[in-house]
Amino acid sequence: MSLAAITKVTKMGSIELKSVRKDFAGFSVINGVDLHVEDGEFTVFVGPSGCGKSTLLRLIAGLEDISSGQILIDGIDATNIGPAQRGLAMVFQSYALYPHMSVRGNIAFALKMAKQPADVIEQKVKKAAATLNLTDYLDRKPRQLSGGQRQRVAIGRAIVREPKAFLFDEPLSNLDASLRVQMRLEIGDLHNALKTTMIYVTHDQVEAMTMADKIVVLDKGTVAQVGSPLELYNKPNGLFVARFIGSPTMNLVTGPSAAKRGAATIGIRPEHLGLSVTEGEWPARVRIAEHLGSDTFVYAEVEGQGQMTVRVEGHASRKPGDLIYLIPQEDRIHKFDIDGKRIA
Amino acid sequence: MALKQTVGRRIGMTAAAWLVGFLIFFPILWTILTSFKTEGDAAAIPPHFLFFNWTTENYHEVFSRLDYWHFAINSIVLSVGANLVGLLIGVPAAWSMAFAPTKRTKDLLMWMLSTKMMPGVGVLIPIYLIVQALGLLDNRVGVGFILFMLNLPILVWMLYTYFKEIPVDILEASRMDGASLMNEIIYVLTPMAVPGIASTMLLCIILSWNEAFWTLNLTTTDAAPLTQFIASLSTSQGLFWAKLSAASTLAIAPILILGWFSQKQLVRGLTFGAVK
Repeated sequence: MSLAAITKVTKMGSIELKSVRKDFAGFSVINGVDLHVEDGEFTVFVGPSGCGKSTLLRLIAGLEDISSGQILIDGIDATNIGPAQRGLAMVFQSYALYPHMSVRGNIAFALKMAKQPADVIEQKVKKAAATLNLTDYLDRKPRQLSGGQRQRVAIGRAIVREPKAFLFDEPLSNLDASLRVQMRLEIGDLHNALKTTMIYVTHDQVEAMTMADKIVVLDKGTVAQVGSPLELYNKPNGLFVARFIGSPTMNLVTGPSAAKRGAATIGIRPEHLGLSVTEGEWPARVRIAEHLGSDTFVYAEVEGQGQMTVRVEGHASRKPGDLIYLIPQEDRIHKFDIDGKRIA
Repeated sequence: MALKQTVGRRIGMTAAAWLVGFLIFFPILWTILTSFKTEGDAAAIPPHFLFFNWTTENYHEVFSRLDYWHFAINSIVLSVGANLVGLLIGVPAAWSMAFAPTKRTKDLLMWMLSTKMMPGVGVLIPIYLIVQALGLLDNRVGVGFILFMLNLPILVWMLYTYFKEIPVDILEASRMDGASLMNEIIYVLTPMAVPGIASTMLLCIILSWNEAFWTLNLTTTDAAPLTQFIASLSTSQGLFWAKLSAASTLAIAPILILGWFSQKQLVRGLTFGAVK
């Protein structure tokens, strides 16, 4: 599809959250979140399940009322206005298409609700359908479409509204792996073409790293860290973010090795560990080696530390039980204090 | 593992199902058969099952004595009208309970159901007096209102269970798309709930059609539905089983036909939640 064909610059929207809290039946789900999403920025909310990322998105959408705090959209207080009036569009994980309406009906629904003239609606629907390769399917019902096509209809429904911002709630999690990669690129293209603010929720840190201008890592209803993908990768501010960002996960080491570097815990990413058969800081036994073609992940047991992972470029011929030595790149070691906070 | 289905077991189950079906249907069959007997055959002991003198005399008699269509039209107007009004109130009520529940929603549902546990006769006198004072005795509006109130709990309960099956995402999507609450219900919820709404309506119409207690007590002639049509044949001169059966057959025929043609819809609606 040629998303670059979309030339119309849609309305821009900055979104600001001020001490936003949300309680459900006495449980605090969002504990005072402050956040500023700039005009045209692609922001990803990421975190493990139950961290409150979807709830936060729904609060911004207006589908849930906040318990306290303030939400500003384009500088205007939107805390107490309904979802329709906020000028935001949302793409749901389940697509949430109207099953009784054709693709055309689905895409046109918001325009009909806005009482736009029929010819304008038809023109906009056709344009969106052409952009999303849906022209041949306009008269089909959602149940006659594949997962990827349904996803496009959901996006089409959002595009025609020309919203101030797009909200995506785990939109790719129902798609298979190859389609997911393709749709990820398409959403990226969409963002480049529209330059509209997008907030994207995912639990998949690969999606977060590849798509985001800005990542917001959430942990138990609070913001753990905000930053660009590389900032989070290079300078995680604590153990939670360190563990969450990067794949395979960062190796964490405590005890003497950490103490001699003046930290309670040190972290080293699998790609920053060297591997030797003669000498090195941590002797280890190979448990299993995963060959991905481009890389090999060697999972090894280090005595007193547990499992550590090494990423070796290309092919590494290690067999289970082999003795190896792990050598960290000193300038790539992350240090954390006793509370799990980063030591500068 | 699939349930083992031997031929013997299948034959046994089929026979049992037919037997149960026949037992349930038997009173209706007996009524229909009796309607074609002479009064003598109808009262005979031991009863004559199939071998009797078939006659349509009872139908001629019933038609000549009573205006069937007057009662039938009242039945249609009352049962359909009462439940259409019920739908107007029930859909928004079920919507709010299914999609915007509060702490007390469950209690409210239980309370509504509990009203169905009370015998109607317990409130006959106050309701009779109220209807009388409002000048609505033997009036379609009066008895229609009672039928509407009578079915409302069932109607809301059934709609509530159907609505619970509808993914709330889709309704939220319509909210994001700018649909007002009214538009959300009209353009999104209702079309999706059509099977549920249809089976709810069918069941409620059948219940209203068959409702005898209130229709017999609150109507005499003008607003009298088919229940009165049957009852008016049990006179002080005695019971005429054959004529009574003919009247009963005429009274149940429309709803039986409606039920027959909509059974697929009804079964689908009644098992909507069970076989998702």
